[in-house]
Amino acid sequence: MDLSFLVIQALSGLASASALFVIASGLTIVFGVTRIVNFAHGSFYMLGAYMAVTILPWLFEFDRSPTLFFVGVVASAAVVGVLGVLMEVLLLRRIYKVPELFQLLATFGVVLIVQDVVLKVWGPVDITGPRAPGLRHGIEIFGQRFPAYEMFLIFVGPAVLGALILIMHKTRFGVLIRAATQDREMVGALGVNQAMLFTGTLFLGAFLAGLGGALQVPRVAANTGMDLSIITEAFVVTVIGGMGSVPGAFIAALIIGLLQAFGILIFPKITLVLVFLLMAVVLVVKPWGLMGKPDVAAGRAILPEGILNLKRFGGVEKLFWAAAAVLVLAIPFIGDAYKVKVGIEIMVFALAAFSLNLLIGNGGIVSFGHAAYFGVGAYAAGLLATGPLKLPMEAALVAAPIAGGLAAALFGYFVVRLSGIYLAMLTLAFAQITYAICFQWVEVTGGDNGVVGVWPSRWASAREVYFYVVAVFSILAIVALRHLIYAPFGYTLRAARDSANRADAIGIDVRTHRWLAFTVAGAAAGLAGGLYAFSKGSIDPTMISIGMSIDFLMMILTGGIQTVMGALVGAAAFHSVKDFFMPLTDFWRFFLGSSIILIVLLFPRGIVGAVDTFRERFGDRSAAAGAKAPVLAKEAA
Amino acid sequence: MAKLNLSRRTVVGGLAATGAALTAGGVSAQGAPIRIGELNSYSRMAAFAVPYRNGMQLAMEQINAAGGIAGMGNRPLEIVFRDDGSTPGDAVRVAEELITRERVSFIAGAFLSNVGLALADFANQRKVLYLATEPLTDALTMASGNPYTFRVRPGTYMQTKMLVEASKAKGIKRWAIVAPNYEYGQSAAAAFKRLMGEAVQGFEVVAEQFPALGRVDAGATVGALAQSRPDGIFNVLFGADLTAFVREGNTRGLFERRTVVSLLSGEPEYLLPLGDETPDGWITTGYPPEQVTAHNHQAFVTAYKAKFNDTPRLGTVLGYVVPFMIRDMLNKAKSTETDAMIAAFKDLTTETICGPVTMRGIDQQSTLGAWVGETTLNGKLPTMKNWRYVDGKDVMFPEAEVRAARKA
Repeated sequence: MDLSFLVIQALSGLASASALFVIASGLTIVFGVTRIVNFAHGSFYMLGAYMAVTILPWLFEFDRSPTLFFVGVVASAAVVGVLGVLMEVLLLRRIYKVPELFQLLATFGVVLIVQDVVLKVWGPVDITGPRAPGLRHGIEIFGQRFPAYEMFLIFVGPAVLGALILIMHKTRFGVLIRAATQDREMVGALGVNQAMLFTGTLFLGAFLAGLGGALQVPRVAANTGMDLSIITEAFVVTVIGGMGSVPGAFIAALIIGLLQAFGILIFPKITLVLVFLLMAVVLVVKPWGLMGKPDVAAGRAILPEGILNLKRFGGVEKLFWAAAAVLVLAIPFIGDAYKVKVGIEIMVFALAAFSLNLLIGNGGIVSFGHAAYFGVGAYAAGLLATGPLKLPMEAALVAAPIAGGLAAALFGYFVVRLSGIYLAMLTLAFAQITYAICFQWVEVTGGDNGVVGVWPSRWASAREVYFYVVAVFSILAIVALRHLIYAPFGYTLRAARDSANRADAIGIDVRTHRWLAFTVAGAAAGLAGGLYAFSKGSIDPTMISIGMSIDFLMMILTGGIQTVMGALVGAAAFHSVKDFFMPLTDFWRFFLGSSIILIVLLFPRGIVGAVDTFRERFGDRSAAAGAKAPVLAKEAA
Repeated sequence: MAKLNLSRRTVVGGLAATGAALTAGGVSAQGAPIRIGELNSYSRMAAFAVPYRNGMQLAMEQINAAGGIAGMGNRPLEIVFRDDGSTPGDAVRVAEELITRERVSFIAGAFLSNVGLALADFANQRKVLYLATEPLTDALTMASGNPYTFRVRPGTYMQTKMLVEASKAKGIKRWAIVAPNYEYGQSAAAAFKRLMGEAVQGFEVVAEQFPALGRVDAGATVGALAQSRPDGIFNVLFGADLTAFVREGNTRGLFERRTVVSLLSGEPEYLLPLGDETPDGWITTGYPPEQVTAHNHQAFVTAYKAKFNDTPRLGTVLGYVVPFMIRDMLNKAKSTETDAMIAAFKDLTTETICGPVTMRGIDQQSTLGAWVGETTLNGKLPTMKNWRYVDGKDVMFPEAEVRAARKA
């Protein structure tokens, strides 16, 4: 490898890094101030590109000049910034008081809606935008040609960084952003108009995402997959840099850009997993990212987001859940074959969601990668049943939870050392690494095609029989997990969630308990995965994908993370909504997203949470007794 | 729950009408329609799948206007379209819905290979016919092939072979390969190495790049390829990755004085977005809609333009051909019993706008071909030149290989 090549490759890496930084800087600012994990950031990026391919050709009608190019790019970004303001005013402002995770749910609803709106407005065909006038050519460097536009991009990143530092230090708005990033409650207590601050921040964040998208137009065609292709990478940059830290994001983007440029020379297939490997390593070594600081609020006892008023079933609930169980078990008698199929899926997802809420609602361990354990269970079951061993279904179903539990024990060992968003992102990183292994290890896992022929044993091959197999396993597992929540172990977990320091002080081994919970939840998810594999007849990497993890999150949030049984209702509701809209229209994502947003706005504590609120308000005795718990928690705060 | 359900239904009932027309009835045809379930990635892969569905609808209308399925008392054909959710998990559930709720006689469709394979296995398990129209993976007709699954489009191996046949005479030895990092890219690269290796003495691959699908880092990838100084480049990237790759490669001069062989790039779906940056002379498989005249092809182009005000894409051709194959199959089977349909499909020849297409019995792969030629610009419009239609029957897997692969 000669020197000129190394220089060119480094320049390519710098150009990518610069583009990535522009996008990630917006995400990190928004997170720092609002604490919202804004999934819609990728959608803003995509909208920026679509705006630019719409505005630029129109501007070039007047004059094909570099000036107009920049005018067009900035105008596109500004339009997207306004869309960000709209999202803040119409949606986010209404839900700042609800648990932070619900805001994530709402932004994910926006992602789905934007996908279909873009498809409707701009059509499915990729739109290739114009190149930048005056920057079309290549520059000769050491006898190799390097695109002038990329040379320009290399300088955009530092320019944006400089501008942001100026804003942060020289304007009141910027000072407030920094203050809110450090201690949001204190800023509020000092009488700062938070609504204005948040609106301004969302504008800045969306503007930067839109700018990033518009700047890509001379390099890539605007396409409908842009949002999801960038969002994970942008998250990785912000996390590696330290959430809320703009300089940190800059350094992280540089590292990723250069690693990518040189990494592919050694491992041509590395791009799938490189950034996640890097994130996992950084988080294991530096739990707050490169330049992030521990959250000041982390030491405080705050009102936790999870199960608070744990109450046993009253008469009504007993009746309701008994009736629900009977109804579910009767599906093969009253429904057709398709209902049975959907029933199987709902039970499987209910188990997976319930196990996730053991972590989130009960343990305060927000996992963004629960599909990893679901998928490991599915792969273990599928590969044992179809691989060289050809084990029967029964053995494979025993192996599934063991595999899921082992994977969770391995990853959980590192995960439980962290907290908050960093913990969530580490779970995501591990899930992506698992995904990449299943995707890449073609000889064993069949790669992205997966493995087919994972069907139940002969005695269980009838759909109805398999339905009861799933019913027995999932109901027993759910009952066991529920028991765990009510057992001292559950109380210990909640103590650790509400105040790790105090729990530690009274002698609870917080880490070990969390680790155990993570392992148990992983095993339960693994069992669900195994059951799912045999119901589908195949395994493939989509079972481990980010989309699957998000689905599980959606389910428990829809049902209500503050309730024990919410996960079950959420799984049923989410899956039914999806199943209801998919056959109706191509634009089912739009309706799914709208349903999610409606649920967030109407039932900010989830469906079961809403039922509880309703009962509290109307003086149900058992609920009123339970409602004292949050009061106590508030006093503790 | 029940109450919620009701309100949802009322809200959405009206909206559903704004969605795509789901069904179309017959005019001259009579009697209860023969229903076919077609599931595809209409949402995620709309650029390919929507023109495909349009083609199907056009063919279905024409078939029904001409009297439907003559062999079954002129019953009309009815295709029930569904989104497959682009994941195997969703697809298998939708297929179940089509069979139990919509009572379709068999299922067709799928774009992604893993979805196609999952559906094939589902068909095998449920003993229903599955006509895989678009998935390209060779596993569908080879190692994972089963008696219930038929595939229409020429698979990865076939299309790669067409390109090797068209370019091996140049005798280029030093090749660089760039392919998306998933099964399609990997098996195309493997097929290319095998076939070109057999055809050219001293063939060597000097660089390989496998960027993640939809996330190509074009600058770094082009740099890595250029560094290896190949004489030929085999490209498997498509869609947004292709556009980024072409722009970067053009600016950096990667394609200058090099032969580029590129899979699928000549298909209007992927070629049109390249616009005036379309490189000249890439050897590729594709479809030049305005130039094909054989087999009354232009009548189809005109009819399609009249109905949808758009030029047909490759997906349209495929979607248009499939219902005619189904018609001939049903005419021959005179039944919607799965066994009868399978027997009728084997070695069935259909006259299509691409010429005669036979469903080869041994691997249940159709002989539908592809147009092989060179990319070029006609004014500002990307298209193909020096093309010819390569019949699929000339590039299929040898029968011995099929027998070895399909043990089941």
